[in-house]
Amino acid sequence: MRRKRPTSFYWLAAIYGVFVLFLYGPISAIVILSFQGPSGGLTFPMNGFSVHWFFALFGKQLVGDFETSFLRSLQLGLIVMVLTVVISILTGLAFRKKFFGSNLLFYTTVASLIVPSILVSLGIGLIFNIIGWEVSWTTSGLGAHLTWTLPFGFLIMIAVFNRFDKSYEEAAKDLGASNWQTIRHVVLPIIGPSLIGVALFGFTLSYDEFARTLMTSGVKNTLPLEIFGMTTNVTTPTLYALGTLTTFFSLFMILTAMGVLFYLRRRQESLGSDAGKGV
Amino acid sequence: MNRKSPLSTLLQISPISLILGFFLALPIGTILIVSFWDYNAFSFFPDFVWTNYSDALGSNVTYSTYFNTLRYAGLTWLCTFLIGFTVAYFLAFHIHTTRWQIVLFLICTIPFWTSNIIRMISWIPFLGRNGVFNTILQSMGLIDKPLEFLLFSDFSIVLAFVHLYALFMVVPIFNSMMRIDRSLIEAAIDGGANGWQMLINIVIPLCKPGIAIGSIFVVTLVMGDYITVRLMGGGLRASVGVMMWNEISLLQYPAAAAHAVVLLAVVMIMVSLMMRIVDLKREL
Repeated sequence: MRRKRPTSFYWLAAIYGVFVLFLYGPISAIVILSFQGPSGGLTFPMNGFSVHWFFALFGKQLVGDFETSFLRSLQLGLIVMVLTVVISILTGLAFRKKFFGSNLLFYTTVASLIVPSILVSLGIGLIFNIIGWEVSWTTSGLGAHLTWTLPFGFLIMIAVFNRFDKSYEEAAKDLGASNWQTIRHVVLPIIGPSLIGVALFGFTLSYDEFARTLMTSGVKNTLPLEIFGMTTNVTTPTLYALGTLTTFFSLFMILTAMGVLFYLRRRQESLGSDAGKGV
Repeated sequence: MNRKSPLSTLLQISPISLILGFFLALPIGTILIVSFWDYNAFSFFPDFVWTNYSDALGSNVTYSTYFNTLRYAGLTWLCTFLIGFTVAYFLAFHIHTTRWQIVLFLICTIPFWTSNIIRMISWIPFLGRNGVFNTILQSMGLIDKPLEFLLFSDFSIVLAFVHLYALFMVVPIFNSMMRIDRSLIEAAIDGGANGWQMLINIVIPLCKPGIAIGSIFVVTLVMGDYITVRLMGGGLRASVGVMMWNEISLLQYPAAAAHAVVLLAVVMIMVSLMMRIVDLKREL
């Protein structure tokens, strides 16, 4: 039987709706305004409808080097993603047991998340300056991004392994699997879906990172830095066109991750248990 | 008995230890050291002087900037807490199927994975002189001339903060709420508690860890911010982060480092106060 919903449900549902509108409204406006006609400006009303500003984006004279900074951010995001996933798995495996210094490492990782980003940026910039190395997105930038993505991956892995049923692993060991075989054929498939989550965090947090990148990426801008530069000197809807493109790219990555996640869950459900099936 | 050798543990934790050692611990140590260095118009060099701290702590600008930043943090905290708690409460207690809970939760989460800068810029068409809000208010006849305070003001800064960080409150509070034993709530209702009493006496006390985690996120993000205040304040508003950034762009690294140490101390005091409520390891 279905219970009748209380009045508070409708109030709260309305608040939730307003919140979603608050989250998505502004970005929708950007998407719409990026299709301004050639004579349109940064605000409504729309002066016609065109893809003029998207073409303007690819003409080099109008804006900075958006294509190379995009490719740079893409590469950096992928590198950070792979490193975050691998290192988070390793750390998660280690943290299933207490070891000397585990508390220190735990709180250092958490600290990495809550230390103001400007400190990370400034500190790394200073080290490179003092040693005499040149800051670059592939070295200092990469390290700065990892200080931001690793804590997320780490905390997710800790949460995952806290819920992990060790009897699967023991069963594998009892049946004679080696350590590596146990990890490869038992542990990884079980935690697989969570790794998609870690990968998504690793990529998107790096792809959109600004605060820790500013002083660590050197002369070559990542995309968020390029966009920030545009806010001060571009006063046409090109800015919105770029915003639209990069947001859709983010959405594409998020949906891909969710699709893979959904597929893995399905597969796990269908292949998951053969108990009692006489396989 | 499956015992792991210390060697494999060492190998497993060495990548994260090396990375956080070199890119987190060492930078903070460097900031601490450099905060005692001296500088002139062209460079900074090793020394041991207290002038950076006396300049930072002896200036009224510093205090008013901290006051301003704390005000942003307080306002943002209040708004995100009210929004986060309400939304989490709706999802946890009014949506009864897991499938819908996941869907509605993901809808809130997706913007978190998109660019903060774009999300800030996206307020411009709404708040500007000729923006959506002013146009609507004028056409309704509520105001005769555009409201100036909407964009590049404290209002727009706090609005952007709330927009960016509300999710950091929703997620941990939702997480805490999902762990509340439903039989407690039924017992309270059977015992004659009304909705309000249940909220005050059961839900809020049991959500404290979630509220604390969300607050830690929101407060530290706002305290250390320099980009939102700059972009949404139109370069006219001050915060601790903006003040530091200005010094950095003038290459006054030791001065910026001293400010960084003070900021770190302030943030760590705030965090340790909030951490008293929560045992982080139990929340995972």
